[in-house]
Amino acid sequence: MGESKRTRIFLAAWTGFVVLVIYLPILCGALAGLSKSRYFSFPVRQYSFEWWQRTIDSIEIEMLVQNSLLIAFIVTVISVVIAFFGALAFARYDWKGRRLYQKLLLLPIFFPQPVLGLALLLWFNVLGITTSWQTAAAAHLVWIIPIVTLVIAIQVYGFDPVLEEAAADLGASRMTILREVTLPILWPGIWSGALFAFLLSWGNFSLSLYTAGADSTVPKWLYSKMVAGYTPMVPALGTMSTLAAAVLLLAGGALIALLRRRQTAA
Amino acid sequence: MAEIASAAITLEHEEDKRRFALPAGFRCAMPVLAVFLLGFLAPLLTVAAYSFATPRSFEAFRSFTLANFATIFDPANTVWASFAWSLFLAAMTVVLLALVCYPIAYGLVRVFGKWAGLISVLFVFPLFVSENVRLYGWVLFFIKNGVLDGSLKWLGFSAGPEVLYTPGIVLFGMVYTYLPFMLFPMTLGLAMVPRDLIDAASDLGAGRFTIWREVELPLAMPGILIGALLTFVIAAGAVAEAQILGGQTIITVTHDIEIAFTYSQNWPLGSALAVVLMLIVSGLSVLVMSKLDLDRILGRR
Repeated sequence: MGESKRTRIFLAAWTGFVVLVIYLPILCGALAGLSKSRYFSFPVRQYSFEWWQRTIDSIEIEMLVQNSLLIAFIVTVISVVIAFFGALAFARYDWKGRRLYQKLLLLPIFFPQPVLGLALLLWFNVLGITTSWQTAAAAHLVWIIPIVTLVIAIQVYGFDPVLEEAAADLGASRMTILREVTLPILWPGIWSGALFAFLLSWGNFSLSLYTAGADSTVPKWLYSKMVAGYTPMVPALGTMSTLAAAVLLLAGGALIALLRRRQTAA
Repeated sequence: MAEIASAAITLEHEEDKRRFALPAGFRCAMPVLAVFLLGFLAPLLTVAAYSFATPRSFEAFRSFTLANFATIFDPANTVWASFAWSLFLAAMTVVLLALVCYPIAYGLVRVFGKWAGLISVLFVFPLFVSENVRLYGWVLFFIKNGVLDGSLKWLGFSAGPEVLYTPGIVLFGMVYTYLPFMLFPMTLGLAMVPRDLIDAASDLGAGRFTIWREVELPLAMPGILIGALLTFVIAAGAVAEAQILGGQTIITVTHDIEIAFTYSQNWPLGSALAVVLMLIVSGLSVLVMSKLDLDRILGRR
């Protein structure tokens, strides 16, 4: 039963329309960041890179970007290591508590982030920890580790445990099996997980808002300026941050696609 | 003979070791579980403890009172309106997103073929742009002299509609923000429907609608349910849409919690609000999740 031509056209048109709607506000932000006037009005009278330049020159913004990058980097490294083992437990091994574990793992994802952020704020306070960018990174981990675990787990499902057993029968040690058999097969999933972790941490707003204390990240700073003290640097920085994420996604995606292709070829 | 005997002994020895060691799966799960206990369960228990503390105090674990809950359920208090708004908006978001996403998910699974990957990436990408940046783009679109208003004036119309700071635009913002959370589980669900089964039903003379109702929908239901649950849960705790697009015409529950935690420094009240919200949300999650088999959905063969 193939789809009729009318159905195909309808589906394509609707999907195209929704994609346009999704990117429309991002485009509006780009326009506002590139217009010369202090207050946005459309049609834009004069375009200029003045606000981009000011954003790049700002020392305050340099600090924010450093904070965001540092948090995203740390979150990526820690979450990938923990999630790698988490994914093996999720999909590779059969053990007694697995079904319960699978569901527990989902809970932090199936939870409103602002509420999680506020709960963590309270918890850090009880522990006597002053909130800063480090606590924001910890907060990101609570939410990102489960997501990365799922991403890697999907790769693990496609992995035949017989390969590991064969290596063990041939006398390979645990470490050798991990290094020579398990890891090479799972690399595409691990890199996808790393990409997700970095980008989700980079763009995270709700958790950083409550758990970063006096430190600020890019999304948190943007929000504070949106609420009070708009300057065209807000859409300019927003656009730059979006572009950076897009470049990373494309480059990372291409690399992972290459890895997968090499794997199926081998 | 001796060799076999010694091999048998080592085997037995190995088995002994296995019997006393923790299963490999559990050992691998330990770091994740540690993060879960310290980063999720403990904070939520702290919130629960605070919800029973004396109002406006910081004496969790030392006092026990139901005063905070009494405040919430006091009919004179208007906090019920925040709950009503949050749950209503979340429910509407789920319904609208189901309608918006179904054709797209169907297209991704059955029609778009080699384009499906690229289209999925287009839908994933917004997840990596913080929601406030995207929502602020809508402010620039709808604001006076913004993109919509400016275009309409340029075309000779009087002025754009004033939609900002209304409940409608908050709902729109939520549908916009949470679209991927509905779309991808739904796509996974629809991908679980075997093509042959639909062909078979069609060959046996079933009409389009019958096939959809009797074959496609029931088989895709786990994915759709996950999408609906995820969207509802996250939308029920939403706050950015109402703050950025709604300009405080609507106060959501999470906004109330935030106010209690920050400006009014009434942690016990904020905690009690959070507990009520969590009970609603987790009750729903447990109900739905108990019916799902994650191995099947994520693709274990």
